[in-house]
Amino acid sequence: MFEFSAFSLYDAAFLAIGGVTILGALGVVLFRNIIYSALSLVFTMLGVAAIYFQLNAGFLGAIQILVYAGAISVLIIFAVMLLMDKDARRTNLPTPRTKAWFAGGTITMMMLASIIAAVGFTEWPKTALQGVDNSVGMLAELMLGDYVIAFEAAAILLLVAVIGAIILAKGVENR
Amino acid sequence: MLTNYPALGIFFLITIAFPVTAMGLAWLFRPKPKAAPDDEKFTTYECGVNTQGKTWIRFKVNYFLYALVFLAFDVEIVFLYPWAVKFGVLGPFAFIEMIIFIAILLIGLWYAWKEGALEWY
Repeated sequence: MFEFSAFSLYDAAFLAIGGVTILGALGVVLFRNIIYSALSLVFTMLGVAAIYFQLNAGFLGAIQILVYAGAISVLIIFAVMLLMDKDARRTNLPTPRTKAWFAGGTITMMMLASIIAAVGFTEWPKTALQGVDNSVGMLAELMLGDYVIAFEAAAILLLVAVIGAIILAKGVENR
Repeated sequence: MLTNYPALGIFFLITIAFPVTAMGLAWLFRPKPKAAPDDEKFTTYECGVNTQGKTWIRFKVNYFLYALVFLAFDVEIVFLYPWAVKFGVLGPFAFIEMIIFIAILLIGLWYAWKEGALEWY
């Protein structure tokens, strides 16, 4: 099921990246100030980006940094700044209800069990696959070739998102 | 392309080590303060002026609007990048496709402009 090979620099880098990612995720949950939680989420996103880079998916990693760590996190922080109306140090307190603790714990355990089972029972290829050297170029040819309709539909989706956001925010301001 | 990731990692480590070393050396060689810092030293100030009221307040919706519009155009840049990499090979049809893509998104910018989402008041 599991197989352990010699410990390499690659593994050390993965452990460091994974550690940062997990510490960031813990920070999101454990910080009492929700702004600190949001900033901690940036570390998690950067850690995920580093894992993409390590898996030789550079374009995906760059997108992760540009969109998630760069734009989504700013959006989350601005949303928090917009809505925060109580003491900042008490915005992300743990819930006092034991029922919620129990439900959260159950879901976490189920997720953990299914991830461990999925990793354990998958037949991983034993030989190293040849990495794609020019993934961005291939992506461009597919995006502007076979999938051009989906590509233009993405533009319309983005347009709808921009207009929807403006209508939502402006509508609230005018009324 | 970007495939030399170990070099990138070494650069990253140097980037972290440089400020840590600089601050550490400064801490090592600086004259140590005789007395413990008092309250006055820890006062918050903005441009040398004391702050007025609380700093953890609610902000205007304009910040959020800017972030949303930025996010949409950030995703547009993500689509532009592979096209730019393969620009020479793809030819005029891909160029027209990209012009249509940008034109559709420019409608969004025009709408944001028209609705005053870019104004700061």
